Amino acid sequence: MTFEHIVFSIEDGVAFLALNRPEQLNSFNTQMHLEVREALKQVRQSSEARVLLLTGEGRGFCAGQDLSDRNVAPGAAMPDLGESIDKFYNPLVRTLRDLPLPVICAVNGVAAGAGANIPLACDLVLAARSASFIQAFCKIGLVPDSGGTWLLPRLVGMARAKALAMLGERLCAEQAERWGLIHRVVDDAELRDEALALARHLASQPTYGLALIKRSLNASFDNGFDQQLELERDLQRLAGRSEDYREGVSAFMNKRTPAFKGR
Amino acid sequence: MPRFIDVQAPEHGVRLLTLQRPEALNALCTELLAELASALAEAEADPTTRAVVITGSRKAFAAGADIREMAERDLVGILNDPRVAHWQRIAAFCKPLIAAVNGYALGGGCELVMCADIVIAGEDARFGQPEINLGIMPGAGGTQRLLRAVGKPLAMQMVLTGEAITARHALQAGLISEITQPELAVERALQVARSIAAKAPLAVRLAKEALLKAGDSDLASGLRFERHAFTVLAGTADRDEGIRAFQEKRPAQFKGC
Repeated sequence: MTFEHIVFSIEDGVAFLALNRPEQLNSFNTQMHLEVREALKQVRQSSEARVLLLTGEGRGFCAGQDLSDRNVAPGAAMPDLGESIDKFYNPLVRTLRDLPLPVICAVNGVAAGAGANIPLACDLVLAARSASFIQAFCKIGLVPDSGGTWLLPRLVGMARAKALAMLGERLCAEQAERWGLIHRVVDDAELRDEALALARHLASQPTYGLALIKRSLNASFDNGFDQQLELERDLQRLAGRSEDYREGVSAFMNKRTPAFKGR
Repeated sequence: MPRFIDVQAPEHGVRLLTLQRPEALNALCTELLAELASALAEAEADPTTRAVVITGSRKAFAAGADIREMAERDLVGILNDPRVAHWQRIAAFCKPLIAAVNGYALGGGCELVMCADIVIAGEDARFGQPEINLGIMPGAGGTQRLLRAVGKPLAMQMVLTGEAITARHALQAGLISEITQPELAVERALQVARSIAAKAPLAVRLAKEALLKAGDSDLASGLRFERHAFTVLAGTADRDEGIRAFQEKRPAQFKGC
């Protein structure tokens, strides 16, 4: 598949995926969905990729669904939006959450609708100072999707989640950082370099262990304390069998820098 | 030498059978079924084997029957299908059979899971009877054992829509006994097998038989069978050893007599 609406590469352990419909603020049409899906499939199957960096080209990160891609003309049959969620948005956020490697999201500009929630399914979110998050769904009679209703209350608390989802007001990057919605705000000019530096750092780390960390923290929302303790035991059992663990201990003992392979 | 099954004895008293037909997601062709039936017959004949674990790959336990093979059989061919006898031998295995399931357990694969006594599944396992999508229906217990395992509404839904269910759903419904991290399913199954292998073999065998009776007889005959089995065990040396070890607060040493 040749990519028309995304920029995609895998180099030195870093998978780079940029949404690339800048004129439409990188809003999703069917073609872009298919391309993102294909790219993520390649990341999953790649033996080389150890971290994924997701970002957008141009001034926006992602404006959610491209409404011109949907027919809501008067007299037209009522659309089944559940279908497009089932087919595209749910698999997308599930994949981001389930990918067995760290996923960095660099929010370079406006993130609206599904575009505001896709970053929340990633592991580490950096945002440009000028970026903003808008739960625009309520403005057109819809419900936050792509995991928004589940992630928002967990990240910022129920009161703020309801205000964001029901008022649909613009949340600036700095406020998002203060609220704990995202990891860090970066100056606009620095964003891509910072995100790439972070990606390169993570690509040199014991990424199998990082994937297990991701798995355990994602599961913690649904687990009771005892269940989570058992999960930690099981995942530690797996981590303890990794080459990287052996390398990490041996490097520590011999006071040298470890060379991790991500297995 | 079996072609599609790898037989290991990773620990004392336990055999591990691994389905190995990766090019077809472990689809249960007739040859594989025959090999499985005879691997179980060997495990049954071996006095040192006390529990058997059966598993597939990380991607698929077994993704159904071999469709190409099935297409070649006409009505008479199906009537004389050798598979029926293999299935009967698998289901009649008298030692504990523990399935460790990852990935797809569909059609015949799901029916094989239901022949096992205990099922440990990785959390991304999927169970389903998709036969209906091919204009056929389950033919190796899928309509009978599934209903007994999960109840009528869900069994009907699975068999009539052909849609698979998740491991979590299967656990809620009673189709499986435990969920683990996928990478640990086999390990956990071996643990369970090890625990069973340390028990008195005769008690294990009769308990399994009594439990299976419960699924297909009326309560009165089931209770009668249970009582007879319970009485038979009173004549075994292992029962005396078990009770004495309990009183002396030490682990029991069972001999199988």
